[in-house]
Amino acid sequence: MALDKATVTKIARLARLRVAETEKDGLAGELSNILSFIEQLDEVDTKGVEPMTSVVAVPLRRRTDEVTDGGKPEDILANAPEATAGFFTIPKVIE
Amino acid sequence: MAALTDLSLADARDGLKARKFSATELTRAHVEAMAAARPLNAFITETPERALAMAAESDKRIAAGTARPLEGLPIAIKDLFCTKGVRTTAASHILEPFVPTYESAVTQKLFDDGAVMLGKVNLDEFAMGSSNETSYFGPVENPWRRIGENRSRVPGGSSGGSAAAVSGRFALAATGTDTGGSIRQPAAFCGIVGIKPTYGRCSRWGIVAFASSLDQAGPMTRTVKDAAIMLRSMSGFDPKDSTSVDMAVPDYEKALTGNIKGLKVGIPEEYRVDGMPKEIEAIWSKGAEWLKAAGATIKPVKLPLTKYALPTYYIVAPAECSSNLARYDGVRFGLREKGDDLTGMYEGTRGAGFGREVRRRILIGTYVLSAGYYDAYYLKAQRVRALIARDFANAFKDVDVLLAPTAPSAAFARGEKTADPIAMYLNDVFTVPASLAGLPGISVPAGLSGEGLPLGLQLIGRAYDEETVLRTAGVLEQAAQFNARPATWWKQN
Repeated sequence: MALDKATVTKIARLARLRVAETEKDGLAGELSNILSFIEQLDEVDTKGVEPMTSVVAVPLRRRTDEVTDGGKPEDILANAPEATAGFFTIPKVIE
Repeated sequence: MAALTDLSLADARDGLKARKFSATELTRAHVEAMAAARPLNAFITETPERALAMAAESDKRIAAGTARPLEGLPIAIKDLFCTKGVRTTAASHILEPFVPTYESAVTQKLFDDGAVMLGKVNLDEFAMGSSNETSYFGPVENPWRRIGENRSRVPGGSSGGSAAAVSGRFALAATGTDTGGSIRQPAAFCGIVGIKPTYGRCSRWGIVAFASSLDQAGPMTRTVKDAAIMLRSMSGFDPKDSTSVDMAVPDYEKALTGNIKGLKVGIPEEYRVDGMPKEIEAIWSKGAEWLKAAGATIKPVKLPLTKYALPTYYIVAPAECSSNLARYDGVRFGLREKGDDLTGMYEGTRGAGFGREVRRRILIGTYVLSAGYYDAYYLKAQRVRALIARDFANAFKDVDVLLAPTAPSAAFARGEKTADPIAMYLNDVFTVPASLAGLPGISVPAGLSGEGLPLGLQLIGRAYDEETVLRTAGVLEQAAQFNARPATWWKQN
């Protein structure tokens, strides 16, 4: 399936990824090529095949729902681009 | 005595034990070699002071008789493993300022066993690439060049810095990660050994995530024995990784008996792809002959869905990547670009922070997971993936291990494949199938091309049977007698 510029704009928005207008045509072409490559899979008959969701043939482990770590606000905030008074800060969302 | 940087990891270990040299001398030799090798751009962050401090501690332990399994051995860490207090970038602009406050499970194990960290090595951005050309910190050069040529060759990817550092003899070993071939293909391109263990063997905790159902750490070394030593230290159950396997870790070094009498080796017919260079076919046949001469039986096997492995991978991996990389939002860590509002900040940060290939994969992944397309692409790929795993399971009813080339060519020139993403993806044609099935695979240097570049052979084993893979690899290594080494052109002038 060929992707057009409008679809590139839409998925870039979904991915919260700014893409320059000038790049969109080129990207639409590249992504369309990749899609036609992966669409080879349509040739494979997968009727009745369960999707593989786990590589490890064991059920996911469970653990008791209890606190195992924490109490490290300085560590958590150490890499924040902006932090104030023990909180991450972001641009204003409510006027 | 040979230069300290020429020793294998095993010989360096034994030399330290016999007090032939100190850990400080060994580390200093590597720190100097690392500095001299800067033209290769293999390291993103060098940590020489830390390395020498760790070596001093190792010398104390050796003197006290309390040496650990990797005591005093200087290694390079792929810059995808979080290292406490040492910048970890994933070779991306978006993580350029990131200094983890915790240590990844695998590096913790290595340091607990006494290994010395030389620094953090370069890779494709977020491990997405097959040539180490997508790094924000610039491409890595392969130490190997064609005979009589000065043109730069790629080291392969994504663990290109790891492969270059080990091949160029400025690290005894390195950690790598493999999602679709990122340990095995660069190992082949740089003439070294690289093993991707079974999915679940090494903890993923603290490794910057790319595609979580595929990502797996493993060692890159100059010998099979070194790989066995490193793998033992890197493996083991970790409750902090939900897909970590709770299984005893064998002493892999003991598996290297050199005896493969009666072993059944499968040759997957579908790996004989159109346009495969004659040299690759020839080395593959030679590999089969070597194993046969050592007492193995060679059998053709069928893996009918091989051709669909790459298209499956290029749905599954981008889908998981788009989900994993959603965390880079400019709020909690990494880069932040100012925006008019919150969405503007997200979009600006991610637009500026991710490089071309990463953006391409995020967009493909977002598309195949988006409403209306999920079943057609993602679920379809998951079903084909199940069939690919079934192919391998069927083959392993008849044989113990599979022999195939690692990559469809020797190292290509820089810039040769950057214009066409699909041409780049095709590099992983022989490594991706085992990744999708979660199986262990190793690349062993087997010979040189006519142009003087290394060629690798790959062995793929049953799940959790790294021992057979390593034992067979040891026999291949013994037969191939690969003693060639790159000319150290970067040390000239």
